[in-house]
Amino acid sequence: SFSREAQLFVEKFEGALGKGKGKKFYAYKVMMTKKWMKFQRDFENFKTACIPWEMKIKEIESHFGSSVASYFIFLRWMYGINMILFGLTFGLVMVPEALMGKPYGSLPRKTVPRAEEASAMNFATLWDFSGFAQYSVLFYGYYNNQRTIGWLKFRMPLSYFLVGVGTIGYSFMIVIRTMARNANEEGGGDDTSFNFSWKMFTSWDYLIGNPETADNKFASITTSFKEAIVEEQESRKEENIHLTRFLRVLANFLALCTLAGSGYLIFFVVRRSQKFALEGLENYGWWERNEVNMVMSLLGMFCPTLFDVISSLENYHPRIALRWQLGRIFALFLGNLYTFIIALMDEINLKASYLLPFIIFNMHLEEEKIVKYNMTIWEASLYNGTIPENSTAPPIQVDPADVPRGPCWETMVGQEFVRLTVSDTMTTYITILIGDFLRAVFVRFFNYCWCWDLEYGFPSYSEFDISGNVLGLIFNQGMIWMGSFYAPCLPAINVFRLHTSMYLQCWAVMCCNVPQERVFKASRSNNFYMAMLLFILFLSTLPAVYTIVSIPPSFDCGPFSGKTRMFEVISETLEHDFPSWFGKVFGYASNPGLILPFILLMVLSIYYLNATSKSYKEANLELKKKLQSVRNSKLL
Amino acid sequence: TGEAEAARAAMGGSASLLPRELLREYQELTFLSKQEILLAYKRFSELLPKEERENACSARVPKSQILTLPELRANPFQHQICRVFSTSHNGDHSMSFEDFLDMLSVFSDSATSDVKSHYAFRIFDFDDDGTLDRKDLEKLVNCLTGQGEESRLSNAEMEQLIQNILEESDIDKDGTINLSEFQHVVSRSPDFARYGVLQ
Repeated sequence: SFSREAQLFVEKFEGALGKGKGKKFYAYKVMMTKKWMKFQRDFENFKTACIPWEMKIKEIESHFGSSVASYFIFLRWMYGINMILFGLTFGLVMVPEALMGKPYGSLPRKTVPRAEEASAMNFATLWDFSGFAQYSVLFYGYYNNQRTIGWLKFRMPLSYFLVGVGTIGYSFMIVIRTMARNANEEGGGDDTSFNFSWKMFTSWDYLIGNPETADNKFASITTSFKEAIVEEQESRKEENIHLTRFLRVLANFLALCTLAGSGYLIFFVVRRSQKFALEGLENYGWWERNEVNMVMSLLGMFCPTLFDVISSLENYHPRIALRWQLGRIFALFLGNLYTFIIALMDEINLKASYLLPFIIFNMHLEEEKIVKYNMTIWEASLYNGTIPENSTAPPIQVDPADVPRGPCWETMVGQEFVRLTVSDTMTTYITILIGDFLRAVFVRFFNYCWCWDLEYGFPSYSEFDISGNVLGLIFNQGMIWMGSFYAPCLPAINVFRLHTSMYLQCWAVMCCNVPQERVFKASRSNNFYMAMLLFILFLSTLPAVYTIVSIPPSFDCGPFSGKTRMFEVISETLEHDFPSWFGKVFGYASNPGLILPFILLMVLSIYYLNATSKSYKEANLELKKKLQSVRNSKLL
Repeated sequence: TGEAEAARAAMGGSASLLPRELLREYQELTFLSKQEILLAYKRFSELLPKEERENACSARVPKSQILTLPELRANPFQHQICRVFSTSHNGDHSMSFEDFLDMLSVFSDSATSDVKSHYAFRIFDFDDDGTLDRKDLEKLVNCLTGQGEESRLSNAEMEQLIQNILEESDIDKDGTINLSEFQHVVSRSPDFARYGVLQ
């Protein structure tokens, strides 16, 4: 071929350039450059081979277009993040404690209490993450507060603290880095100066390899052309803009009504369930007992469909309609959660839900006082009154399983998060199997003996629900971020869940779903998803940060027991492990007099960068206008 | 599992192997990675009848066979693509393995936007005269809107569409779009680089 001839030519005359004194050195340089390029190419090959599931995703892309595939690419990216979080928690927290910490049964906090021993090995208990699962490296409560463990002198509490903070920091860093990279690639942004030409030259999705998808794509291109032509004509008329605006305002109003209605329904149902609880739950059937759960699940299932119907009024480009849909579902979930908490709080006469952690904290302090008192009484009872309390008698050996335990709210919180994740996973899988697979089987095989055509009418095959799945993924990740400080096993569970999810959903999509009617290209940047993820990340890390800074850790469990605040482990490390001048420097650096000016400097630099980027954008627009006018002036 | 099979082929399982020097050369001359070239080789030899698979590198595949590939079968520009990338001298648009690799290379993610827009221009230029005039644009629109009667645009709509396109892209106002005008328009599109790899 032509390029091969060119290459032979270059190779023949390459050496000739280096004639003269520097010939040998030049030849050597050329050889090194070639070797370096070959190495780079091999490395690229290796990197490409390492990317998992590439073929699966490409196949889905060819059948369903790039918008559905963008969900799977997002899933794969999340899997990468979770692998790193798993590596951190597993390698730096779980493994050292398992290998070098005191074994099971040596301390009260590491042993199943006598009362629970009988049922500790049951499958039901383990599935609920109690019993042996609770008293293991999987949860916060198992870890001992020894400053160093093992012959390596591994600083366990410090490692736990740093891994907790590090996972949050890493997540922030990678989400923001991905957003910045996407923003760079966006380039021109929403430029409409070449609307028709772009539709003409770039609308075909070359990854489509399936005739059915291709037919859908043709239809959508035709519609898109006709729409653009009509819009171009209509943009000269004024009326239709008003109609569209009116319809959009109406649609938003309907959506707000739906949100308000769902909030009120939850409030009403929670109040009713509290009334039932007061009168005794035995008098009521299954529905009354589970009313709140059922209502919340049903709302979560039907409101998004309602939003979908409302959005047909608005007449947006499908990509923009998807964003509105996502935003509304997000508002629905947050609103429901908030209403739920307010309805609960209202009973206790507290109007703000942010007081919830204070309530837990107060209850917990009271509980701790009671337990500590009980423990002193219990110890006294061991001596049976024969020896006075303040003496130096040798301690009596007690089996750790018999020692009374203090409350361990961190483990309880961790358990709740793990249970939530597991039940969420189960729900998703069962929904896929029933909602997609069984429906497809029903439509396929009962079509022969049914009065109307099942495949074209109701229910027909389902389409892949991009917005629902993306939101599910984002909320799930929020749970993981919130809970992984209290349950180091959460990233491991999530890695397993994402791995199986990828295979199950790839199979379900190819087997049970049909391509969407309007096949649209995903926008190259996923910044919308990233922005939501960033918001959820911020919300999820607030509780953990708050507990680290403000709430004293449980006195009887975990790596920080005995300290007044969890972050004291840092000052303890500075005291013991670093030279004294280091501690002094750190003390000066954490002086508010130094930190406040620093924060002020950061705020000012953000303002400055924002201002310069605005001015660059304006300069860009000016240049574009100039180009246009130069182009037009050629006519004159 | 295409990659696993490609790896197995590379390990020396089957008789129809790509010689190592050729593989290295193709890596240097195209935008494709090693796995992609091996996969392309496998797909290409599957298009050949059994007897010719031994020397797949020098065989030519007739156009009708190439068009059985799923990505090309669904593609509205299938005939144009074969015409542009084929180097056959007797006008039958058959493709050799190197033509096939050229095609995949241009469509891959790593190809630069100049290369892509150059070839896109040639694909869209139906009468091969170096510019996109009204007739080319009409044929282009008809390809994109599919074969059915309902999906075609009416004459008035077609007129309007082509008028708008020429207004937007024809800078020197000569009624046709030449290569530099085309590259100017298309390089600013956010979707352009995402033509994707044919697997």
